Amino acid sequence: MLDYTAPSTVEEAVRILAGAPGIAKVLSGGTDLLVQLRSGRTKPGLIVDIKKIPGISGIRERDGAFVIGASTPGAVIGECEALRRAWPGVVEAANLIGSTQVQGRASLAGNLCNASPAADSVPALIAARATCVIAGPNGRREVPVESIATGPGRTSLGPGEFILEFHLPKRPPRSADAYLRFIPRTEMDIAVVGAAVSLTLDPGGVCTDARIVLGAVAPTAILVPEASAALVGRKLDEAALAGFGEAAQRACKPIDDKRGTIEYRTKVAGVLARRTAMIAYERAGKRR
Amino acid sequence: MRKHHVSTIINGEPTEFLCEPQLTLLDVLRDELHLTGSKEGCSSGDCGACSVTVDDRLVCSCLMLAVEAEGRNVETIEGMARGQNLHPLQRKFLEHAALQCGFCTPGLLVAAKALLDRNPDPTETEVRYWLAGNLCRCTGYDKVIRAVLDAAAELRAE
Repeated sequence: MLDYTAPSTVEEAVRILAGAPGIAKVLSGGTDLLVQLRSGRTKPGLIVDIKKIPGISGIRERDGAFVIGASTPGAVIGECEALRRAWPGVVEAANLIGSTQVQGRASLAGNLCNASPAADSVPALIAARATCVIAGPNGRREVPVESIATGPGRTSLGPGEFILEFHLPKRPPRSADAYLRFIPRTEMDIAVVGAAVSLTLDPGGVCTDARIVLGAVAPTAILVPEASAALVGRKLDEAALAGFGEAAQRACKPIDDKRGTIEYRTKVAGVLARRTAMIAYERAGKRR
Repeated sequence: MRKHHVSTIINGEPTEFLCEPQLTLLDVLRDELHLTGSKEGCSSGDCGACSVTVDDRLVCSCLMLAVEAEGRNVETIEGMARGQNLHPLQRKFLEHAALQCGFCTPGLLVAAKALLDRNPDPTETEVRYWLAGNLCRCTGYDKVIRAVLDAAAELRAE
């Protein structure tokens, strides 16, 4: 027997989620949850729709930093001019999820908590050093996005916990990010490989900070500090990019499936990482 | 199973219904309210045949619970024509033969209208990307795209 409730406060939502006798599922955009309900992959006793909680949907800018409500649909994220300027990679990644119709509902929190290794927004959020605020029976805690997914379909969220909002930090000058996804068609597919890069340059064009995250090549999105190290202290010349791509490839632990073999995914990861870094570098260079 | 009472506006008409919590908006539109223009193609958000707008946002009605329609403004294909007067998009679909079996057509029309409401002068590329979530197995899309661009031109001239 399934029931539905739409609490209007965080405290009420936590109380309901923590006290539910069977499986309780959080509903934001529902673009994954409804498919799983229909297929029988998940059989909850209760659906807790969090969209009636004030502030759970929408984007707020505070001194150059951004707060994105957990349930904010991709379409709203794509329409936020200030966010697109500050975090073009996060926005392009979020907007790659599904179709226009899916963008009308799909949220960052849903993409993260569905915990697909191929989730498009997750590598970009991790590269951006985004954090999420989690509400739960013991109050609120703020954790890095990379601490949420622990494996395909699994998260570190405890009973009664759900994500309230994402925080994106203020950008230093000459910083930019980018996200590229490889799929064998142009739209409506799941990443064979995803690559997110966030860079900060000094006035001479030398990388002072680099974050690279790969998606779909391991059980979760993976940060590749060895690849970042290949860029820091250097310009993006051929040699730096080659070392960067090789480090990205070495970090891959992909599976063989219908979307690509281990060998193919690993090779594509190197190429995609280099291309993404070049886009982020060019964007950062224009921000003087 | 406990039924939920939902008050909503559908195509401008205040509408109330009772529904079980697992029913999608598409289930209720078709089976309860007999608005059968929205089609069930895949029920997984891939085909777009069930496209409607909710508070002016294009969504798949198969990916939304009917209870979530509480207090929202839903527009379906049934609200597109004004009596006997077809919307320019509908006319252009006929003129360009942008349909064969017609199953995807309501979803394509609702999606195309959502685009033109936002962007009256889209490029061909913009139309193709916007409609990427509406699958059509008959036309090969070219006639659909031409119909949308032609309707956009006519609407701009009005």
